[in-house]
Amino acid sequence: MIELENVSKIYKLGQNEVRALDGIDLQIQAGEMVAVMGPSGSGKSTLMAILGCLDVPTEGVYRLEGEPVEKLNENQLAQVRSRKVGFVFQQFNLLPRTSALENVILPLLYDGVHGKARTEKAKAALITVGLGDRINHRPNQLSGGEQQRVAIARALVNDPTILLADEPTGNLDTKTGEEIIGLFQKLHQEKGQTVVYVTHDAFIARHTQRIIRLVDGKIISDDPVTHPILAGTPRPEEAGEIK
Amino acid sequence: MNILENIRISFRALAANKLRSGLTMLGIIIGVAAVVALMAIGRGATRSVTSSVEGLGSNLISISAARNLSQTGAQSKPLYYSDYLVIEKETSNVIGISPSYQTSAQVQYGSNQSQFTITGVSPDFAQVQAYTIAQGRFITNGDNSAESRVVVLGSQAAIDLFSGLNPMGRDITINGINFTVVGVLTSKGSTGFFSTDEVILIPLQTGYSRLFGGRALDNGKRVLSSISLSAADPNEVNNVISQVEYILRRDHGLTLHDTLPFNVSSQNQFLSTLNTITGTLTVFLSAIAGISLFVGGIGIMNIMLVSVRERTREIGLRKAVGARRSVILMQFLVETVTLSLVGGILGILLGAAIAGVVTLTGLITTYVSLDVILYSFFFAALVGLFFGIYPAYQAASLRPIEALRYE
Repeated sequence: MIELENVSKIYKLGQNEVRALDGIDLQIQAGEMVAVMGPSGSGKSTLMAILGCLDVPTEGVYRLEGEPVEKLNENQLAQVRSRKVGFVFQQFNLLPRTSALENVILPLLYDGVHGKARTEKAKAALITVGLGDRINHRPNQLSGGEQQRVAIARALVNDPTILLADEPTGNLDTKTGEEIIGLFQKLHQEKGQTVVYVTHDAFIARHTQRIIRLVDGKIISDDPVTHPILAGTPRPEEAGEIK
Repeated sequence: MNILENIRISFRALAANKLRSGLTMLGIIIGVAAVVALMAIGRGATRSVTSSVEGLGSNLISISAARNLSQTGAQSKPLYYSDYLVIEKETSNVIGISPSYQTSAQVQYGSNQSQFTITGVSPDFAQVQAYTIAQGRFITNGDNSAESRVVVLGSQAAIDLFSGLNPMGRDITINGINFTVVGVLTSKGSTGFFSTDEVILIPLQTGYSRLFGGRALDNGKRVLSSISLSAADPNEVNNVISQVEYILRRDHGLTLHDTLPFNVSSQNQFLSTLNTITGTLTVFLSAIAGISLFVGGIGIMNIMLVSVRERTREIGLRKAVGARRSVILMQFLVETVTLSLVGGILGILLGAAIAGVVTLTGLITTYVSLDVILYSFFFAALVGLFFGIYPAYQAASLRPIEALRYE
C-alpha cells in the first residue's frame, strides 16, 4: 500500500543542509491505522506531506499502491491528491465565507463530479462526521471541533483509500480531540480506510494499531499497539502523558 | 470543473472584497468612459460639420482669388466677371454656375439697423448653394438685366431685421438705398461655423451699378469675390476643377509651372481635410485612452499580485485537494478578466452617460457608436487577460506544501 524506501527530504538553508527526513524505510499495509509521534522538528509533517503527495522526496522511492510517485507529473499528482488521499490539517484550512457544504464539495469540484451527485456526496460526508444539521453554516459560525469535522468530511468525501491527519487535534481541547480520534476509529472500522495520524498525545496515539516514533528525521521505534484504546474510554489520571 | 464554476468562484472572491474590487476597476472604468465619451463627442462634432458642409450644396466647387500668395512669389490676381462668362461657356458637366460679389453694408428696417454681408448673385445661386425659397421668389435674370432694387433674405436675416413681421413687399435700406424684399429663404438649419441663414442677396448687376462702387472694379473690369459651380455628378467634381484651372491659366497667361493665383476647391477636399483632422484626433484620443487603460491594467495586476500572496494558503489548500495547475491559472485569470470586463461595461455606461449629458447641454449632439463600444469592451477584456497572466501564473506555480505553510 504505502512503501517508503530510503526516503530523504533535504532542505537547503543558505549554506546548511537540513535533512528533514533521513533515510526512512516504512511500509504501511492497506487498512492499517497508524500513529506517528515525535517532537517538533522531527520530520512528522514532512513525512505526511510526502505521503500525501503534497511534496516529493529528495532521495529514495515512494510507492503508493505499487506506483512510484516520483514518476508522476504535476497533473497526475493532483489527481492522486484528489482521488486517493484525504488530508486533514492542524489548521483546518477551510475556505472562509464559504459554507460547510461548499468546503466539502471542493475536492469533487476538482475531480469533475457534477450536479446532484456532488451535493449528495458532500451531504453524506457531512452526515458521516455528525454535521448533518450544520451544512449551510460558515466556518466562523462553527466551533473548532465542528470546523475540524468539516475538514474531515472534505478529506473523505471522495472515498480516498488513505486518510492522512497531521495533528488534527493540535488546536482542539482534549475532549474534542478524543471525539475526533473516535471519528477516525469509526471511519477506519466502517470503511476500512488506511489512517495515518500524527499526534503529540500518547493516549490518543494508543487509539491506533501501531505507533511510529520519529526523531531528527529518523524512525527510532515502530511498535504495534496490542490493545488499542476504544474512543470514549476515560483518560487514566496518572499514566496519561507518556513522553 | 468548467468555466461557469470558475466564474462563480471568481465573483465570490471579488464580492468578498467589494471596496478593493471597485477601486481596482476604477482605472478601467475611467479609461473606458473617457474613450467612449470622447469618441462620442468627436463623432458628433464630425457629423455636424459634415452635415453643415453638405448643406452648402451638393458637388459644390468654389473659385476665388487666392490671398497670401507672397510666400510662393506669385502675383495675386482678381477674379473677373469675364472669367465667369468664359467658364460658364466652356465647361461641361456643370449644372449650375453662379458668380457672386460680397460686401459689407449697413442694413436698416425701421429702427432695426445692423451690419450685414450683402451678396450679389445670379439666379443659379439658389440651386448651387442648395437654398430653397420659403416665401416669394428668388432673384431672376430679369432682376439682373433690369438692375432691380430687390432683395432676398436668409431666414435669420429676416428675423433679425423684421423681428417676426412678414418682410414680403416691405422696403429695407442698404447703405441708404431702398430695396424691396421679394423672397425669404428656408432655413438650412445647419449648426455653427457657417451663418448660412444670415445672408442678404441682391441681383449682382444691381450691386455693381448701385452698391459695390469702385472696389468692385479693377481697371474698369468687374471683379468677383467667387464663382460657385455645381458639378453634374460627384465623380465629375475633379474633372470640372481641372477644366476650370485650365481656363484660368490660359486666360491669365499662366503656364502649368506657375502657381495658380486662385483657389479652386470642392467641398470633397474640405471633407477629406476634415476626415484627416478627425482621423488624427481619433488616433490621439485612442492613444490617451490606451495609456489610461494600460495604467488601469497595471493597477489590476498589482492588486492581483497582492491577492495571490494573501490567498497563498487558499491556493495551497485547493491544490492539496486536487486542483490542477491549469484550474488555478484559470481561476485567477477569470478573476482579472471579470474585473476588467465589469469595469469595461461600467465604463461604457458611464461614458454613454457623459455623452448624454453633453448632448443635453446643447453644445454638441454626441454620437455613441456601436463599434466604439465593442472596441472598448474587447480592449478591456484584453487588458484583463494581459495583466492577469502573470499573477495567475504565479498562483498556479505555487508548490502546495509551501503554500499551505505560508504565514
